Amino acid sequence: MIEVNDLTIRFNLASEKVDNLKEYFIKLVKKELMFQEFLALQHINLKIKKGEAWGLIGTNGSGKSTLLKAISGIMKPYKGEVIVRGEIAPLIELGAGFDMNLTARENIYLNGTVLGHSKKFMDEHFDEIVEFADLHEFLDSPIKNFSSGMKARLGFSVATMVNPDILVVDEILAVGDARFRKKCNIRMEEMLSGGTTLLYVSHNIDSVKKLCDHAIWINRGKTMMSGEVNAVCDAYMESLEQDKK
Amino acid sequence: MDALKSTFGTLYKYKDLVVQLVSRDLKLKYRRSFLGYVWSVLNPLLIMIVMTVVFSTMFSRNIHNFPVYLLTGRTLFEFMTTSTNAAMRSIIANASLIKKTYVPKYIFTLAKVTSCLVDFVLSLGALLIVMIVTRAEFTPYFFLFPLVVIQIYIFCLGLGLFLAQANVFFRDMQYIYKAVTTAWMYLSAIFYPITSLPENLQHFIKTYNPLYYYIQQFRDFIYEGQMTEPRVFIMGWVIAFVTLGIGILTFRRSQDRFILYI
Repeated sequence: MIEVNDLTIRFNLASEKVDNLKEYFIKLVKKELMFQEFLALQHINLKIKKGEAWGLIGTNGSGKSTLLKAISGIMKPYKGEVIVRGEIAPLIELGAGFDMNLTARENIYLNGTVLGHSKKFMDEHFDEIVEFADLHEFLDSPIKNFSSGMKARLGFSVATMVNPDILVVDEILAVGDARFRKKCNIRMEEMLSGGTTLLYVSHNIDSVKKLCDHAIWINRGKTMMSGEVNAVCDAYMESLEQDKK
Repeated sequence: MDALKSTFGTLYKYKDLVVQLVSRDLKLKYRRSFLGYVWSVLNPLLIMIVMTVVFSTMFSRNIHNFPVYLLTGRTLFEFMTTSTNAAMRSIIANASLIKKTYVPKYIFTLAKVTSCLVDFVLSLGALLIVMIVTRAEFTPYFFLFPLVVIQIYIFCLGLGLFLAQANVFFRDMQYIYKAVTTAWMYLSAIFYPITSLPENLQHFIKTYNPLYYYIQQFRDFIYEGQMTEPRVFIMGWVIAFVTLGIGILTFRRSQDRFILYI
């Protein structure tokens, strides 16, 4: 379903500021003027079969989101390859396509088409989305007036309305209230039992253990461990404990 | 041809997104203004009046019906500058979206040029009003003007794609382009008759200014009421498609690296 072979992702760390002419020329010669290389992921290998649920764990800045972006096709591999079969619903950030000046109604269509759906498809599922987001009375007000939780609800509803083959979820549900989080978890579990492959990033180890059956632990762009969820999570927790001491 | 196919192959899937983006631009442009879309017609009309007052005494001997002469040149030029400027910023303006979801990136550039096209077509209403008020002569050639609109749309799309990708790596582009368009305006014979220029400069503009091919055709059809020279007509199409080709090639070559620079 998803195959990641020897994946390396390159980032641009270039600082905007060049203070003096000397530095300018040094950077020019080293070709670092607009580009300073940083390898966010190095030699990642991963094989995910249909129906599996994988948790991605690791400390901040370790490359979890970058791996999700590479799998979603947002970032292209610098070296190695990513092979994905099936339709992906990426939830990297909820409501990424929202325009704050448009109303909720207009944003549902805009966000839906950003995800590659047709207008007709959105017409058919419009009521379903509004129902799940529970935002009936605010449909025609601009979403700049919405709270972040409300925006997250709207974004999640639009993104999960289809039954994608692969669901990619970055840590996004933290802003929702308990009731909505529960609703989202139920929806994700439903999708999982329906054969959807899940990729899930969270710092909440308990929810990873609950939702996923496999996990990969990434640290500073390198795979530390991958395999069965409990073993990986325990090893990760142990290393965190050790850091504290 | 292959490049064209793979670049625009996704267009069918995302056609509704283009519609959504264009309607967003149009909705937000005049939201909260009293006159709304009327401004698309009123604005060129007001500018035309100002420019007519300023320039008509200078050139009135050589140009009959100055308002129509001016408007035919100015609406085309205005479309070219606004659409290419908007297209140039289209990738950077949508950086947050490009970083978070997968969308073919040319969609944003295409949508910008298209929403400017809608505005341009509305502004032709101003031209129509002026033609009626000044009792300009309507000839059957008038109805050929959509051909010019299509040509300049393709041209602007190509130029826009080129500028959009260049601007990602080289932000100075927008400031350079500002100076370029100012020079371009004075070299396009918009508010003066081209015959008032020295012979060699006239030749230069007629040969090397791509915009002049479109303004010439537009004026032939609407202002002069005659068929345009075949050379100008054919070159108009050739320039449009060559520019589009360059735009697509440069955009395709660099689009995977956008994410590292936005």
